[in-house]
Amino acid sequence: MEHAVHNPALLHHFADAQQQKDAASLGMWLFLVTEIMFFGGMFCAYLVYRLAHFNAFAAGSQQLSIALGATNTAVLIISSVTVVLAVKAAEAGRRKVLVGYLVVTVLLGMTFLAVKGFEYREKFEKHHIPGPTFKFTNTFDDNGKQIPVNPKEAELFFSLYFAMTGMHALHMIIGCGLFSVLAVLAWKGHYSPGYFTPIENAGLYWHLVDIIWIYLFPLLYLISRHS
Amino acid sequence: MASRVIPANQAPKLNYLNNGHSLRSWLLTTDHKRIAILYLISVTTFFFFGGFFAMLIRLELLTPQGDLMQADTYNKVFTMHGMIMVFFFLIPVVPAVLGNFLVPLMIGAKDLAFPRINLLSWYLYIIGGILMTHVMLSGGVDTGWTFYSPFSTEYTNTKIVEAGLAVFIAGFSSIFTGLNFIVTIHRMRAPGLTWSRLPLFVWANYATSLIMVLGTPVIAITIVLVAVERLFHLGIFDPRLGGDPLLFQHLFWFYSHPAVYIMILPSMGVISELIGCFSRKRIFGYKFVALSSIAIAVLGFLVWAHHMFVAGISLYAAMIFSFLTFFIGVPSAVKVFNWTATLYKGSITYATPMLYAFGFIGLFTIGGLTGLFLATLGIDVHVHDTYFVVAHFHYVMVGGVLMGYLGGMHFWWPKISGRMYPEGWAKLSALLIFAGFNLTFFPQFILGYVGMPRRYWQYPPEFQVLNVLSTAGASVLAVGYLLPMIYFLWSLRYGPIAEANPWHAAGLEWKTTSPPPTFNFDETPVVTWEAYNYDEIPDKELEAPVAR
Amino acid sequence: MSKFLPLWPDQASTSAGQVDALYIYLLLVAGVMTALIFFAVTVLAIKYRRVPGREAQQIEGSTILEIGWSIIPFFVMLTFFIWGAVIYFKERTPPADSTEIYVVAKQWMWKFEHMEGQREINELHVRTGQNIKLIMTSQDVIHSFFVPAFRLKQDVLPGRYTTLWFKATVPGHYHLFCAQYCGTMHSGMGGDIVVMTPQDYAQWIAGGTSPPLQETGKQLFSTLGCATCHRFDVQGRGPDLTGVYNKPVLLEDGRTVIADENYVRESILNPTAKIVNGFKPVMPTFQGLVSEEQLNALVAYVKSLAQPPPGTAGLQNQPAISPAQTQKMQVQ
Repeated sequence: MEHAVHNPALLHHFADAQQQKDAASLGMWLFLVTEIMFFGGMFCAYLVYRLAHFNAFAAGSQQLSIALGATNTAVLIISSVTVVLAVKAAEAGRRKVLVGYLVVTVLLGMTFLAVKGFEYREKFEKHHIPGPTFKFTNTFDDNGKQIPVNPKEAELFFSLYFAMTGMHALHMIIGCGLFSVLAVLAWKGHYSPGYFTPIENAGLYWHLVDIIWIYLFPLLYLISRHS
Repeated sequence: MASRVIPANQAPKLNYLNNGHSLRSWLLTTDHKRIAILYLISVTTFFFFGGFFAMLIRLELLTPQGDLMQADTYNKVFTMHGMIMVFFFLIPVVPAVLGNFLVPLMIGAKDLAFPRINLLSWYLYIIGGILMTHVMLSGGVDTGWTFYSPFSTEYTNTKIVEAGLAVFIAGFSSIFTGLNFIVTIHRMRAPGLTWSRLPLFVWANYATSLIMVLGTPVIAITIVLVAVERLFHLGIFDPRLGGDPLLFQHLFWFYSHPAVYIMILPSMGVISELIGCFSRKRIFGYKFVALSSIAIAVLGFLVWAHHMFVAGISLYAAMIFSFLTFFIGVPSAVKVFNWTATLYKGSITYATPMLYAFGFIGLFTIGGLTGLFLATLGIDVHVHDTYFVVAHFHYVMVGGVLMGYLGGMHFWWPKISGRMYPEGWAKLSALLIFAGFNLTFFPQFILGYVGMPRRYWQYPPEFQVLNVLSTAGASVLAVGYLLPMIYFLWSLRYGPIAEANPWHAAGLEWKTTSPPPTFNFDETPVVTWEAYNYDEIPDKELEAPVAR
Repeated sequence: MSKFLPLWPDQASTSAGQVDALYIYLLLVAGVMTALIFFAVTVLAIKYRRVPGREAQQIEGSTILEIGWSIIPFFVMLTFFIWGAVIYFKERTPPADSTEIYVVAKQWMWKFEHMEGQREINELHVRTGQNIKLIMTSQDVIHSFFVPAFRLKQDVLPGRYTTLWFKATVPGHYHLFCAQYCGTMHSGMGGDIVVMTPQDYAQWIAGGTSPPLQETGKQLFSTLGCATCHRFDVQGRGPDLTGVYNKPVLLEDGRTVIADENYVRESILNPTAKIVNGFKPVMPTFQGLVSEEQLNALVAYVKSLAQPPPGTAGLQNQPAISPAQTQKMQVQ
């Protein structure tokens, strides 16, 4: 059987490059759907308990730093822009620009993680980590009125806070790793205008992780905040 | 069908089985057919583990007292039986063995869309399986396969986190298989193979894959939350800490109900293939059967709280879920009616696969109808958590899924192995399984209505006769299951060599050799015909194979 | 029915006959359906077996048939649903005049407390012809109260009350089973429901020595210090509990809730969850300081406060509004 000339990235069980690209793209979208269902379970638990224990959740939320959360939101949104620009660079065949944007994305991701780490440390210092060291005496500041809350319910808020942001951070770490690998491969010239599917699909992953944060931020940080 | 013995002077053709003999060529394969064989071996192993625990259960239940083992041991035995059978046998078996082998062949493709992810799926299954085996050998878990909180999060002393991790990992095996199938079916069909020309087995696996992809992540996160609660004493499901044990049940059943459709849909797909071939007819109402698979997949996500009618949910929620549950009965019934109608004016033969198909129709009808009993609120209050439920789900899972799987294994065995199984022994096994199955599980319907709860190590003496009948049936069933293991293995060496299409069946998988070459087809087929074109396939030589 | 091959459970409650009737209906429909399928498959499989020379006839399908055999079974199933839902609705709506019995489940036994003070373990004496409402909670994991002869079952949860009501009809001893797996001796967590004639029951209940449940509750109300804030003579730091049971309560955040058993229980264990309008959140929590039985007694006591306790002037059955609130309303 003759072996026709084709892009070395084309795998043999595919009929042609377009089929391979379409398959990879559909595969990534499906994987993202599974991620949405995965986080969905935690969002569901959060919804149920926030409705049941609003005051305690608001009190817990008021202990989070809006400044840090907003900073992280901005960082992630910018990183999504750099991802888009990386894809465009790949499409245009501009290797160095591509690598540059990939590296910047990783740096922004690590900035996010660093800020998160700082926030977690702050929680540790204030004894807001759920478990045997947990202590919560704060109240829910309802427009000046201080409403005491059940510390156990506040602990539930923080349990969900750590579970949700922790799971999100894990996905960020995986994303940073993924993009680092892609940056190295891009530097070595693996991608061209004829084949940059992994950049596109990794970009989709990054956008989803970003979107999940965009839901997490208001839900966790912005309960009953007044000027 | 008659099989030809290949003359000794013809060298065996290169096929996927003899294309490389090293361990490496098997353990690092990306060939979907070899991966299917890897799954076949591992899934069968777990079936035996699960079956071993079933045997222990039935032996203990011969007498009303708990005298074979201690209560704690019995609780672990039924839990391990359930966890292994559900997560390591029923959910993967038909998609990972028959689906993996056949879907690319049936659509004229060289492989699945992501062969390396396919291999990864198998390794994830094995890692999950090894963890579960370790749990089994180091004392087991005792929560029931449903691991309700707060017992599983605060009270049990067994290895919940490890068992949860095993299921979590195996769950990703399931997700990746489903993802692979969906992309393959969408993007890799041969030229001319439109959706309306697809075999119903492919439609069935497609619908199953939708559920795998959408539902499995929810049990994954539920397991994470249980593990987190158990390890760090957080209060997610514990009422003393502000949590809600019912939230666990909602999250658990949101996956575990659709999971049962993951189990049955592919088997239903097999039945469509068998009935078509052994009636020499296109399935009656093809379009409706195809769409009913999708309907079951969608509706399956709307009914989970029918497992919770007496759990403490509101009266009105219970009514809504009961009402929705009846809707699922319709597409399932539609399939049974269409299969029956296909027999009309067919040309029917009784090879073993067809016997399994007949058995499936009978047992699934009973299993499905008893599901309606459970959907009926007034009845469910009485029979929930009794042996009535146990009987119901064994009718659909064993009488349904397993019969479909065995029918499919017999049907496609010549394609998979290149050999024919011995027909006489196969027919005997099918009959033993059918008889043994009914004797095991029909008495359990009665036991349930008279009030014997499930998961009981000891029971009041008046329930003994029914339990003894059930155990007697189980021993017949066990023999029925052992025989195919033996004769399938025997056939690998001594079975008559099979030709490319021994059943003269429709379908692209029969247009290549038995066994197929590694890349499935010498040339990609171009499809210009409808599925089940039995009017165009000559059916002489259609006697049942002679056992040698 | 034969003692060693029981094919049908005894009927001992008003629900049993209704459930059995529905079950028989379902058995008939399912039986007919199964017989039809078995018959059709057998006849067709034999009649259309392969005969050399006769080809199978390819038939695409029939939309009329598809619609027919979708719609007709669906309507038949609707009858199952409606009948089942009616029975369920009745089973989950206890009559207003029900006698209450408190049930506490724990690994691995059932504890009962009659209002008259009788305590029982694993055995529950009731009389025929009386509506009985069980108010149940668990001390640990989820259990389930199941009496096959009544055809009734209800899961029993930690942290809240669930209820089950019945009216027994035939004297006798009937199995009580735990029907939700709960650990080692789940299968040993059984008991006996002893249904007696009214005369026998009257004799039995008279032989008790414990004080009525609400009396126990009243004592606890005093010893635990509840009476310090929840006063009946003057407005105290807490709302007056006279007549509060089952009435609407206006909360601080504007919601109105009904003060049912779960509300009273939650108010004792988690007082900050719902603050009554006009009151400060100063009530301490009693979580960990009262047992389930003590909680039941307190709940029973609060329920009994239809009238202000003797010896107090009473606050004229007002809804829970503080004096400050009353002043504010008058000024406006």
